[in-house]
Amino acid sequence: MSVDDRQRKAERIRHLLDTEGNNVHENTQVFNDGRYESTADLEDYDGLKDEARAIKEDTIERLPELIHQVIEAVETNGGTVYLADDAADANRYITEVAGGRDVVKSKSMTSEEIEANESLEASGADVWETDLAEFVLQVADEAPSHIVAPAIHKSREEIADLFNAHFDPEEPLETAEELTQFAREYLGEKIMDAEVGMTGANFVTADTGTLALVTSEGNARKCVQATDTHIAVAGVEKLVPSVEDLQPFVELIGRSGTGQDITSYISLFTPPGDSPTFDEGDELGPGDDREFHLVLIDNGRMEMREDDQLRETLYCIRCSACANSCANFQHVGGHAFGGETYSGGIATGWEAGVHSQDSAAEFNDLCTGCSRCVNACPVKIDIPWINTVVRDRINHEDQTEFDFLVEGLTPDEEPGRMDLQKRFFGNYATLAKLGSATAPMSNWLAGTKPAQVLMERFMGIDRRRDLPKFRRETLRKWFEARGGSRISRTDASREAVLYPDAYTNHVQVERGKAAVRVLEALGVSVQIPEVASSGRAPLSQGMIGTAERHAHEVYADLAEHIDAGRDVVVIEPSDLAMFAGEYEKFLPEQSAERLDSNSYEIMEYVYGLLENGASGRELRAGGGEGVAYHSHCQQRTLGLEAHTVAVLDELGYDVLTSETECCGMAGSFGYKREYYELSMDVGSELESQFQAENARDRTVVASGTSCLEQLESLLERPSQHPVQLVDPVR
Amino acid sequence: MSAEPITTFESSLDEVGVELVQTTSDQFESTLIPLLNARAVGTPLPFENVSLPDAVEVDPTVQELETAETGVTAAGYAIADYGSVVIQGGPDGEEPVSLYADEHVAVIAGSDILPDMDTTFDRLAEDIRSGTGQAVIATGPSATADMGALVKGAHGPMDVTVVLLEDR
Ligand code: SF4
Repeated sequence: MSVDDRQRKAERIRHLLDTEGNNVHENTQVFNDGRYESTADLEDYDGLKDEARAIKEDTIERLPELIHQVIEAVETNGGTVYLADDAADANRYITEVAGGRDVVKSKSMTSEEIEANESLEASGADVWETDLAEFVLQVADEAPSHIVAPAIHKSREEIADLFNAHFDPEEPLETAEELTQFAREYLGEKIMDAEVGMTGANFVTADTGTLALVTSEGNARKCVQATDTHIAVAGVEKLVPSVEDLQPFVELIGRSGTGQDITSYISLFTPPGDSPTFDEGDELGPGDDREFHLVLIDNGRMEMREDDQLRETLYCIRCSACANSCANFQHVGGHAFGGETYSGGIATGWEAGVHSQDSAAEFNDLCTGCSRCVNACPVKIDIPWINTVVRDRINHEDQTEFDFLVEGLTPDEEPGRMDLQKRFFGNYATLAKLGSATAPMSNWLAGTKPAQVLMERFMGIDRRRDLPKFRRETLRKWFEARGGSRISRTDASREAVLYPDAYTNHVQVERGKAAVRVLEALGVSVQIPEVASSGRAPLSQGMIGTAERHAHEVYADLAEHIDAGRDVVVIEPSDLAMFAGEYEKFLPEQSAERLDSNSYEIMEYVYGLLENGASGRELRAGGGEGVAYHSHCQQRTLGLEAHTVAVLDELGYDVLTSETECCGMAGSFGYKREYYELSMDVGSELESQFQAENARDRTVVASGTSCLEQLESLLERPSQHPVQLVDPVR
Repeated sequence: MSAEPITTFESSLDEVGVELVQTTSDQFESTLIPLLNARAVGTPLPFENVSLPDAVEVDPTVQELETAETGVTAAGYAIADYGSVVIQGGPDGEEPVSLYADEHVAVIAGSDILPDMDTTFDRLAEDIRSGTGQAVIATGPSATADMGALVKGAHGPMDVTVVLLEDR
């Protein structure tokens, strides 16, 4: 990315933060909190997700067969199915069916994907969006900023101003009730008059040709009932095999999205229906002449199905949980975090599949891989992985014959044309090695004005950020110099390998030392061998090939230790998350499984030792000391926040935990010129929580490296890793 | 039917802001009449010896439908866990009557309260396979948050009442 591009991107983000950020934030947070609350009521949330996932896997696997089946079912019911190859094909058919008649529509992202309104209007028809949010956007001539609540970026005041200016009502509209009533009446007339109703479909059952529409306003029901031609547009992936298969989705979709147990209406229509319809005049006419057209859209989906990496995207039920749970999305919304049609975490997959990789490239970097969406997704899609894959593909675009030149100079497996900024952060481990070897000179150099300007210019590292300071004495050198572990292997209750991640080894050496002392205080004999870096850094830049090489090296470096019965203890949560997650994709199943099941987050390990009878008497007790703790995003996804809290509790600390999904730094993200302000904006939430009355005087602790860096720049007071808090020699 | 699903149903209805009125077939008319507003429309009820009072227009014009204050229909079954009623629409007009009036009154037999979504979908699948063209799982009134705050009564009713026939 050029300097100007970065500048432009930064300005655009700034603009959205100022204009839409607050509304998006407020609303997504309500949805996100609602999700936690509503899913907690489910007896077997995880089981339900597994069921939903299995149904989608099966559907996509058998898609051609199910398409066949649904055609038969709909035709038996008296309707028609049209299989459209792409947007143009679909629009041709839809405009032909509408035949220039006016159309009333309920909300459908698929119809936005193919831009159905534009082509209908070009054919002379009037098209009315009857979903109130879509109607607002139609009047405002704006694009959706959220896949479920498309006008989430607009406040009531803005909508009132818009309506008052556009419709010039006798009495100016003001309250949400007045606005709703006005829109209801205005659209009610359109619905009465229209002959064609258009809906999407959240699900279509292959066995009976039933559409399931998930709504709350009642407009979809009206659009179907009041018209006599019903056109439903749906991507082919919306099929499910049978009516019974709808059940887990009906229970999950509202809870996952807007945090409602269920939306007001789940309509199961098996068209053409026989409800009375509105004829000319004042009588309700018989509904037995209804026409129904199901337009099933491919538009790239069948290719996604063949793509081992993008296939999972097709399981998506567009619930919006991955948007609502995303810290970056919460702050800028879908106008930044989205492409031509789709927005939020999974939008990368959708845009790359149905539009183009370029459309995905526009916003793909806004996914920091924090993984907070992973457990929120009702069909268990590994959304960050899809973002990483597409990032990798973008990196590999436009290779030239001179690539080998650059490639020869960098220790990664990536193409030469790759963005320099990504390359810089992706090779962090090499840099750290070099940095420590030449410290303190490397730090002085990096800290000088000219260097900061140069780094901003060529690598897009924001000059307002302090770069981490490399330490001349690395953790491993310190450990060697003190003569290794103070607990001999024969005296030890357990043996552990402390994983020297690049950060702990070269920068935050103190937390490594504390970890060694804490482990020893609990009777563990420690080793710190040389182990490759995890590959997290290159992975986050979409450098999958490089990350994979790291995975093999790490496994080779640790396998013998595991065989010798040593536990692998990891301080940096993002590295542990690699072992537990992405390594599955890089290593043979058994190897990944073995590494995963023998690796522990440091405080999780301490918790386990204490639980198994180790005495914590040598650890530094809290004596009621107040602590404000920010767990790490990936650590939370792994379910490991509780262990730290429990240990601190047990040792007599009074712990308050942060409520934000992510600190905003997310590895290298917050260092980047174009994202610095967003990163600080996300961080401001954490800042205000930790500066609040009940937290202001508490000692700040955080588990992740980048969280600590972020907290350093957000707060006046220092922060540390929890293991430093309980360090016996603190 | 044991008392338990009714208790669950009642508390679920309460959570979504719906009133539950319990009655018996004999008492149905006298229970319903005070619930009706001036302009009431309805569809014939499928329960033996239970019928709508004359005040309810069962063959409304479009105008009457649109301006109705109350719309009375039967509901096929209810879901105790969620406080939902399943409106099965057909030529009699359950769909428009339950949708256009300000308030929807759903009449349901006590024996048609199903415990959860699982059992409901077994029933639904059976019904759909034998020809039920429209089944709407309706939970509470229609609502929107699109105008900057939560509003009850979007395109559909702003109020829902469930009348339960205990002896059916
Ligand atoms: S990817 Fe998952 S969480 Fe995101 S919208 Fe799709 S189903 Fe919902």
